[in-house]
Amino acid sequence: MLSLLIFLPVLGAAVLFLHRGSLRSEDDLRGMRLIPRILVTLSQPRGIAALFALVNFVLAGYMYSDFESIDMTLQYTERVEWIETANFTAQYFVGIDGLSATMMLLTGFLFLVAVLISWRIDLRPREYFAWIMLLETAVMGVFAAQDLILFFLFWELELVPMFLLISIWGTGRKEYSAMKFVLYTLSGSALMLVGFLVLGFAAGTFDMEQLAQADITNPAISLNAVFFLILAAFAIKLPVIPLHTWLPDAHTDAPTAVSVILAGVLLKMGGYGLIRILVGILPEQFDTYDVYLAALAAASVIYGAILTMRQTDLKRLIAYSSVSHMGYVLLGVAALGEVGLTGASLQMFTHGTITALLFVMVGLIYDRSHTRQISDMSGLAHVMPIAATVFVVAGLASLGLPTMSGFVAEVLVFLGSVEAFEAPTIIAVIGILLSAGYILWTVERVFFGPRDEKWDHLPDTTAWWEQVSMAALVGVIIGVGVYPATIVDVLESGVRRTLGLG
Amino acid sequence: MAAVAALILIWDFLPRGKPLPAARGKALLVFALVGPALAAAWAFSLLTRDEAGYSFANSVVLDDFSLYFWFLFCGIAAAIILASQEYAKRFGEYEAEFYALVLFATSAMLLLAASRDLILIFVALETTSIAQYIMASLQRDERSTEAGIKYLLMGAVASAVILYGMAYLFGLTGTTRLLAPDGEISIASVIAERGDDMGAGLLLASVMLIAGLGFKMAVVPFQMWVPDVYQGSPAPVGAFLSVASKAAAFAVVLRIFYEGMQSEVISDSWSETFAIVAAVSMTLGNLLAMVQTNIKRLLGYSSIAQAGYILVGLAAISAADGGFSNSASSVLFFMGAYALTNLAAFIVVIAISARSGTDEIADYAGLGRRAPWLAGALAFALVSLTGIPPTAGFVAKIYIFNAAVESDLIWLVVIAVLNSVASAFYYLRVAGIMFTGEPRTTESVPTTNALKLALMVAVAGILVVGLVPSPLLDAARDAAAVFSQ
Repeated sequence: MLSLLIFLPVLGAAVLFLHRGSLRSEDDLRGMRLIPRILVTLSQPRGIAALFALVNFVLAGYMYSDFESIDMTLQYTERVEWIETANFTAQYFVGIDGLSATMMLLTGFLFLVAVLISWRIDLRPREYFAWIMLLETAVMGVFAAQDLILFFLFWELELVPMFLLISIWGTGRKEYSAMKFVLYTLSGSALMLVGFLVLGFAAGTFDMEQLAQADITNPAISLNAVFFLILAAFAIKLPVIPLHTWLPDAHTDAPTAVSVILAGVLLKMGGYGLIRILVGILPEQFDTYDVYLAALAAASVIYGAILTMRQTDLKRLIAYSSVSHMGYVLLGVAALGEVGLTGASLQMFTHGTITALLFVMVGLIYDRSHTRQISDMSGLAHVMPIAATVFVVAGLASLGLPTMSGFVAEVLVFLGSVEAFEAPTIIAVIGILLSAGYILWTVERVFFGPRDEKWDHLPDTTAWWEQVSMAALVGVIIGVGVYPATIVDVLESGVRRTLGLG
Repeated sequence: MAAVAALILIWDFLPRGKPLPAARGKALLVFALVGPALAAAWAFSLLTRDEAGYSFANSVVLDDFSLYFWFLFCGIAAAIILASQEYAKRFGEYEAEFYALVLFATSAMLLLAASRDLILIFVALETTSIAQYIMASLQRDERSTEAGIKYLLMGAVASAVILYGMAYLFGLTGTTRLLAPDGEISIASVIAERGDDMGAGLLLASVMLIAGLGFKMAVVPFQMWVPDVYQGSPAPVGAFLSVASKAAAFAVVLRIFYEGMQSEVISDSWSETFAIVAAVSMTLGNLLAMVQTNIKRLLGYSSIAQAGYILVGLAAISAADGGFSNSASSVLFFMGAYALTNLAAFIVVIAISARSGTDEIADYAGLGRRAPWLAGALAFALVSLTGIPPTAGFVAKIYIFNAAVESDLIWLVVIAVLNSVASAFYYLRVAGIMFTGEPRTTESVPTTNALKLALMVAVAGILVVGLVPSPLLDAARDAAAVFSQ
């Protein structure tokens, strides 16, 4: 069933690539009765994509609810011989633990949101949704893979869809941003490959479980070097200062749905890799360098926050805030304790939903006003009350207001890291102050304040797909904020397993 | 078998004079395909034999290594013949000669892969080279003639150097046979016995051989001919050169060095030499490819870089302390994967070149809209050349890098992976131009069914080998096992 979850989107992509027939936009269907409208929509690329994304999400949800938190072993495993030669054996080995399951749930959810947000795409929708589907396979595969080479394969698989999605359907300097994204990511993963090959050769296997438990002797280069090689890929992906410079361009110039996926899920691949591979397989090396990582984390938080304040483009502002928030993830991971790692994982989940919501809102505003410049916008709350409310909710979640999920995650991170690194933690807490600053300031400028006539004509967010997306995201954010045990229990079991193996 | 293929070619020479009418052209194409088909069928029947077949006083051997390359060469020849149906019309009255030359070159390569004797290797090498020189200038315009002459002149020098090296080797060992059944004299046995005494002479011979063969392999510093010849010669010839000629060169290197001079070449100094040449080839090829505006030149520089990756494998073989067969099989696997990938890319270039006559990358803009399947195929091939899954190129690179890691050449692997990243820049840029640019014309690119067939097989091959590499891996391993005997 895990393989079904991973590869079902490929089937969707194939269907979409081969799709023929007329393309009818949502406007064409206005005035139809409900049932015929649903049927016609299902024959359209967006409908097909939505169907596959929905099924995938349901599958992920089912798997998640079926997951046994008490069990410390991998569940839903599938193992097939893939490449087997004298010295090089790679398997198709997938399985989930608490961490994987939560990330895959997030993935399924956010891809569904992404498809919904793309409802109005009219430039080559077939290819667009097909690439989104392939991207979902790649991401699901990363979270499920338990073999280093398989992990690497899925990690690389996301490059081509992302490159095409950004360079064809993006805005601004899209080709440049797409190429920058690919080159940065590819650099990191190239170095990661070297690290993987050295590990695999030294241990005689690429199986992550065995590697985590094994004592690795006689590596071709020192394990410290291997640690840094693999760290490169995750540090670029997370991202960690100073390797973050690809992020603002890629996020800003990508289409809205792709930004949602990029910020919500792709960045989490970096954090997931940190935990699964670096903490899991090379814990001693991690221990040696954790102080430096914590320092980098604090720097990311503060530097990201300061850069965020300076932004005049709303989407770029949210992008930079992601840099800041992922600093909390790194801080929690660097703490290497159960609390810290759980906090980091939870922060990955919550940040995914929160930043997704923020990008959704920015996208909605941009669709209507065709500008992202904060200076152009004023008093939008008068015209778009629903959108304003949701944006404010998202903003408050982003700065970590209690009753919302961001708060729980950040508290856990700080609790976990304060004993190990006092100074970085204190600095990171100050980051919350800064994030409050930029969020509230932005909200004030864009939504509140004097009403500007030129925006009087903007319609509010009343399309069904917009409201469903917003409601779902808000629901998750508040739900997990009020009752985090739903997510935390599963995450904790995954964290315990990783720490136990290493 | 080479003889059978050649016989078919002679018939090809019969049509003469004016350019052929279309129906005749199609018949010719089908007829030309018989050559590789027969050879492949013969090779297939040999697969089940347990031991290698010998002939011509043990100078020709049909072991798994030979058969691997036989299938490779026949496949390449068939693909090129299929893809050139439209393009061949540009050769005017020499359309038939084109097919004949392809077949001649291929049959000589078949002999090359199976030769175990220096003289035979040289004869085969020259035969295939001459055929290629003529092919390069077949279009008879300025560029094509220039390409042909350049290739001829430089190739002749390279051949002379190879011959000199071979003569030295003969002088040192007293025989031209590389390997022979026990009890008989061969170069391998002589070197094994008296290798230490020969020291400098052996080194000189090896250096000359590597220099000459390096030209054929298109590695630095013998790569100057590549961009001009690839650009000037007709697209199908470029395809043939980049895939078949290169594979043949590597086959010869593997035979001469690892069968004949094994004890000499498995050493750290040779490993370092190969490693340095590999590093420079990759880097130079990639850097220069970034600034190209002509797709054939770009593919030319990319093939220099790809040859560099293969050399990484050779460096691993030379350094191997036991992982010999792993490294050798990675080299063979890479060649197979590379053949599929480069063929796919060139077939698309052939298709576009045949219709519009242009090879400028700028004219590929918007191809995604004019000819989506062609553009998709080329993009997929470029993705495979970069080494991004789910392609054959991805698996090939992992496998070769793994071999290098096992041989303690980590620094080389780091250079190689960083080069892969750099190459992504120009490969993906072409892919991007195809899909995001505005097309200059809106006319579609018509393709013959034959070309579509060849392209489909190539693209399917890239995907299948990328997802299920085991069959090809096993074949490569069997072929490489020849060397450990």
